[in-house]
Amino acid sequence: MTPPEIDASALTQKIPGLPSDGETPVFREPWEARVFAMTVSAHDAGLFTWPEWTQALGAEIRAAGSSPEDTGADYYRHWLAAFEKLLAEKGATSAETLAGLKDAWDRAAKATPHGKPIILGADNKDA
Amino acid sequence: MSHSHDHHHDHDHSELSETELRVRALETVLTEKGYVDPAAMDKLIDTYETKVGPRNGAHVVATAWTDPDYHDWLMKDATAAIHHLGYIGRQGEHMVAVENTDDTHNMVVCTLCSCYPWPVLGLPPVWYKSAPYRSKAVRDPRGVLKDFGIELPAATDIRVWDSTAEVRYLVIPRRPEGTEGWSAEDLAKLVTRDSMIGTGLALTPDQLGEASS
Repeated sequence: MTPPEIDASALTQKIPGLPSDGETPVFREPWEARVFAMTVSAHDAGLFTWPEWTQALGAEIRAAGSSPEDTGADYYRHWLAAFEKLLAEKGATSAETLAGLKDAWDRAAKATPHGKPIILGADNKDA
Repeated sequence: MSHSHDHHHDHDHSELSETELRVRALETVLTEKGYVDPAAMDKLIDTYETKVGPRNGAHVVATAWTDPDYHDWLMKDATAAIHHLGYIGRQGEHMVAVENTDDTHNMVVCTLCSCYPWPVLGLPPVWYKSAPYRSKAVRDPRGVLKDFGIELPAATDIRVWDSTAEVRYLVIPRRPEGTEGWSAEDLAKLVTRDSMIGTGLALTPDQLGEASS
């Protein structure tokens, strides 16, 4: 499967406040890159349009009493919350499903010795 | 960004932060439904990480190459020396610098991506957390280097450092020949991410010329 073609500099201009080095997005932590890439993939899969996404993100940031330009370190926290909500709105998942999976990952992590890759369901298997 | 979950470290088992758990939950559901292909996502992220890249670490290495006092400080107390340049790990990890010499080559491996010093090196490459790299780096480091196109003299010792939750390593590659009199700024362009993991060498001036032409 070929990766989706993304014009990163165009995206940077389309998303207000997106941390970037002037050309491409900049991530402070690995999870930020993953949630960014998931959003782009979900958009390419037709789950939502780009205007719908920027609107969802903007609403989330405003609801937190901030503006896209001053979210700083919290930018991708708002992004994550907006993405979860938009997916639920579109019927792609639900808050309950996500909460259940989150707990499952938490159990898997805690059942995994440090230094081993964490695999979902690891807590149900014999070591 | 700080969250109580991020600071809880247990040495017996793995711990994902609240945020990491939410991101994994999303990835699971979107992958199951076919909206996201993890391999394509890795590839997408890879294109960014090479750009976001190891600029911070390159700055550290180039400073050490040009300033003997900084070099000594970095070798003695890498955490403080790196912080001095403004790069601060979020989880309070302890950094150790290991230097390549004529007879020793250092390579870093880690079994969890959370053990990667990304404030210094940017995002980890996709292969870094792959099982083949992790196991082969320990078993056959020379073979891994060969996979990356690096052949070292048989007399060169290869030391493999395993990162932990508490200690992260930064490899100081050898300064390439033909760079006498270069500024730290220009030297930093020779320092690739892979050279600071030890799976590569710093670029030569010729290679830099090819890369930018």
